[in-house]
Amino acid sequence: MHMPLEDTIGLNLLAANQHQAEHNREQFDAWHLLCLNLMSSPGAGKTSLLERSLAQLANEFSMAVLEGDMTTQLDAERLEAVGIPVIPITTGRACHLDASMVRGGMKLLAARLDPAELDLLWVENVGNLVCPAEFEVGEHRKVALLSVTEGEDKPLKYPVMFREADCVLITKIDLLPYLSIDLDRLENHIRQVNPICTILRVSANTGAGFDAWHGWLHQQRNAQAPGFAPRAPHSLREPAVL
Amino acid sequence: MHEIDMTRALLASLQEWKLSHAPRDPQVNTVHLEVGAFTCVEPDQLVFTWDAAISNSWLQGARLAIDPVPLMGRCVRCQNPYEPKPNQGYRSPCCSHPMEEIISGRELRIRSVDYTFA
Repeated sequence: MHMPLEDTIGLNLLAANQHQAEHNREQFDAWHLLCLNLMSSPGAGKTSLLERSLAQLANEFSMAVLEGDMTTQLDAERLEAVGIPVIPITTGRACHLDASMVRGGMKLLAARLDPAELDLLWVENVGNLVCPAEFEVGEHRKVALLSVTEGEDKPLKYPVMFREADCVLITKIDLLPYLSIDLDRLENHIRQVNPICTILRVSANTGAGFDAWHGWLHQQRNAQAPGFAPRAPHSLREPAVL
Repeated sequence: MHEIDMTRALLASLQEWKLSHAPRDPQVNTVHLEVGAFTCVEPDQLVFTWDAAISNSWLQGARLAIDPVPLMGRCVRCQNPYEPKPNQGYRSPCCSHPMEEIISGRELRIRSVDYTFA
């Protein structure tokens, strides 16, 4: 007869993904590049933000993009037009990127260029305010976008995403004259779940707010040191006892 | 239905445990999870996708037991623990301070596995 056993594991549900994410981050550190994970709902303006930032920062940073959007060819073509290498990551029907998908993208990237020559690696996640918040890909910083047309209450309805973000970009502010949204109220809602993130208001259409946004990027790049990781408290980074 | 991806991630983590720490061929009866209220996981949907995902796998027949963990914060101003509520903007009732410190509710933890040997 076999005795029933109980193993106390205390292992995170996402431990396997987290281990891969840590490997990815170690590789990014070895390449001395800063990896940013861009997350938002579909249509909040991730690709438009990238188009403008890539064009404006091309003289300051050497950059590449891992493009995880499910409409990948369209977005990749838009970004390639700016002259920055774009590696499409096939997500199938997954609603987010996970660490092993990004690992695949890193291999393709390394086959195409020497990643050690990059300063910034952008990961454009799949448009979704829920899942990407829980799946780290090895990024150093999480950037969440929220467009002014999405409404003031989204940070309270999707709190985990805004809790985990290091920087929240309020996008499409050129549309404000046509809307009745109260931006202070929106920012206040973000602050209620994440009192310490950076919040910036931008428009990829007019370029408003991009000096501050690019200033934040420079700040992160300059602050980068070994062990640099998203600073938000996250159960995933508790020591996984095995 | 992102619980399907969560279930895949859970299976991958259990696979890691099996390969590295479990004795040979464990027959798993129950997997005990702690799922915090401040996560993107709906426990009922996780159980639903679990049952579908484990058929014809080494975990076939295993039960998923989920212990929900409430969201608890601590007011950084007066140190009082409180239960943050969405309709109160997650603020502390004592000082109306934003939700800064989270004590519990972010758990997505495999607490333990009950098993016998095949």
